[in-house]
Amino acid sequence: MANKARPLTGAEAVAEAMRQIEPDVVAAYPITPQTPIVENYAKYVADGKVKTEMIRVESEHSAMSAVIGSCYTGARSMTATSSAGLAYMWEMLGIASGLRCPIVMPVANRALSAPLNIHCDHSDTMGAKDMGWIQIFAEDAQESYENTLLAIRIAEHKDVLLPIMPCMDGFITSHGVENVVIHDDAAVKKYVGPYSFHYNLLDYKKPITVGPIELTDYLFETKRQQVAAMENVPKVLPGIAKELAAITGNTFDVIEEYHSNDADAVIFTMSSAAGTTKTVVDRMRKQGKKVGLVKLRMFRPFPYERVRKALEGKKAVAVLDRSFAFGAAAPVYAEVKNALFDAPSKPKLQSYVFGIGGRDLSDVHIEAAFDRLLKGQITTKEDYLNLRE
Amino acid sequence: MNYKDFAKKEPRLAPGHGLCGGCAEPTIVKTVLGATDKPVIVANATGCLEVSTTIYPSSAWTVPWIHTAFENAAATVSGVETAYRSLKKQGRVKEDFKFVAFGGDGGTYDIGLQSLSGALERGHDFLYVCLDNEAYMNTGNQRSGATPYCANTTTAPVGKTSTGKTEWKKDLIKIAVAHNIPYAAQASVGNWLDLANKAEKALSIEGPKLLLVYSPCTTLWGFNSIKTVDIAKLAIETCMWPLYEVVDGQYKLSYKPKEKKPVAEYLKTHARFKHLFAPGNEALLAREQEMVDKKWAEILKLCGEGI
Repeated sequence: MANKARPLTGAEAVAEAMRQIEPDVVAAYPITPQTPIVENYAKYVADGKVKTEMIRVESEHSAMSAVIGSCYTGARSMTATSSAGLAYMWEMLGIASGLRCPIVMPVANRALSAPLNIHCDHSDTMGAKDMGWIQIFAEDAQESYENTLLAIRIAEHKDVLLPIMPCMDGFITSHGVENVVIHDDAAVKKYVGPYSFHYNLLDYKKPITVGPIELTDYLFETKRQQVAAMENVPKVLPGIAKELAAITGNTFDVIEEYHSNDADAVIFTMSSAAGTTKTVVDRMRKQGKKVGLVKLRMFRPFPYERVRKALEGKKAVAVLDRSFAFGAAAPVYAEVKNALFDAPSKPKLQSYVFGIGGRDLSDVHIEAAFDRLLKGQITTKEDYLNLRE
Repeated sequence: MNYKDFAKKEPRLAPGHGLCGGCAEPTIVKTVLGATDKPVIVANATGCLEVSTTIYPSSAWTVPWIHTAFENAAATVSGVETAYRSLKKQGRVKEDFKFVAFGGDGGTYDIGLQSLSGALERGHDFLYVCLDNEAYMNTGNQRSGATPYCANTTTAPVGKTSTGKTEWKKDLIKIAVAHNIPYAAQASVGNWLDLANKAEKALSIEGPKLLLVYSPCTTLWGFNSIKTVDIAKLAIETCMWPLYEVVDGQYKLSYKPKEKKPVAEYLKTHARFKHLFAPGNEALLAREQEMVDKKWAEILKLCGEGI
């Protein structure tokens, strides 16, 4: 029988996922809005609810360095971060993926400085999009919880072995209280399984050298293997997602199509904005307007083929990005445009940037965007929602 | 520890690495790692030691070894040691392990200081060994926080209006001792037995330990590569590099020269101090002697020794 839903914040839900995963090592440094994830987890450790050893590191750079070390020492290892914390561990992000560490790091998305802002946008993880990490984004607290469980299995899959960031919107999801179903401990633990990373520094009779120097004669081949590992993600994902769905009843797919099949106007976006968009779609559908949503759940590896199939033949699509790419097209928009290059029938595309520094995106802004798509008011210029200009 | 027993041990850093002839680092590394018979896991900061021993697909390490970046050997070893503790607590590991981190002076005094401080403060059970060759030697002799007064480096070079570094080096031992760690010591490749004994002692103590080892660089200090140990001995005899240890906050002198030699005897053996002997630079030489004397007096006082 399914467990009952209870009121939890997204951060609490992620901490619950971590409790069920029960990593051997958690190394973390506090940063708003990730803090409640780590605080909740620290309480589980303090109360003896988990066997985890926590390292209260002096920085995010050291957090990532420590979990790289521990993941190579036979220990399932996790950390979590946001914004400046993610930026501070930049160097180590590439090292974690380059060393093929199956580290799971929940991220509560927050704006990058400057000026300083603690609220949500995606500038932090979008800045890290090409660091060799898998990135999945959650619409709400329930998805944040389930994505964290899924992340362990993707990261540790023998054909993948890559680090992964399950992302949720800072404050909006991390601190907002929603009804969340925490699934049965035993079933989840069985799903997660034992840590399966076959390199171990403790195996001193078969000593390994981790992180050597590779010069012009080898680095290219090594990095090519990282490309192959990313290519393996969509191959292994369906099986991993299906097993989780057997517990949760919810299906994880790289995209979610919400009334988009017959839609004339489609909004393409990620994270909590997708939830608001669904409400608007429902309302406008009742008014007879053919609008729909395509929600992107996995940004890296980017599901080009799936996105192309979901959008080809549509009349008008607006891509809503929660970050800038100064001097270039916004990142989600750029990828969608890339995905559509081979489509036989391309929709008109409008790029909107919204929600920078936690700026509200409400139903009226989304409805206005839909209306403009329906009227054919589409430009090749980046436009903004709820911005004073 | 004695020479005879040590010589019989299988070295934990194998021959065939690419460190320069005359480099002190392999001797120090083999000595430290030979100071315990327990399994050892090594974390290495980016630097000469790392790049010269692990050019893929070769490795000179016969023990498990990890390198992640430059400034974080202490943080990396924190993760390794904590993983071990977690698994041991769960009964998933039986053996006792020792954890040793190696970093150069740049990776320790400068860019790695925060990571080292964090690891010392958290109390991980590991030995951090700083191989001090007094500048960024892996990248060709740039000034570091460990570069001594007046040394010629490529980023603080001697020129028409410059006489090299204008500051004295940081006191890393004092910084480490301020973390209330159980053991910190200064050692040198110039006194092998003292180094071996300190490593053995450090590895027998639980908690965070620091061993700061003088490591002459034949290539960039500019001396004949057969002179490494001689130069290290001169540093000890002139009190440029005093040998001492700090056990639970108590300073103890390891060696007192019978007759303290003038600093000039040491300085004249290096190309990096050549300009100090040019006419007109007598005051710099005098200042160098004055600073060494002051530091030596301070160490004697801390060690409760008479001058």
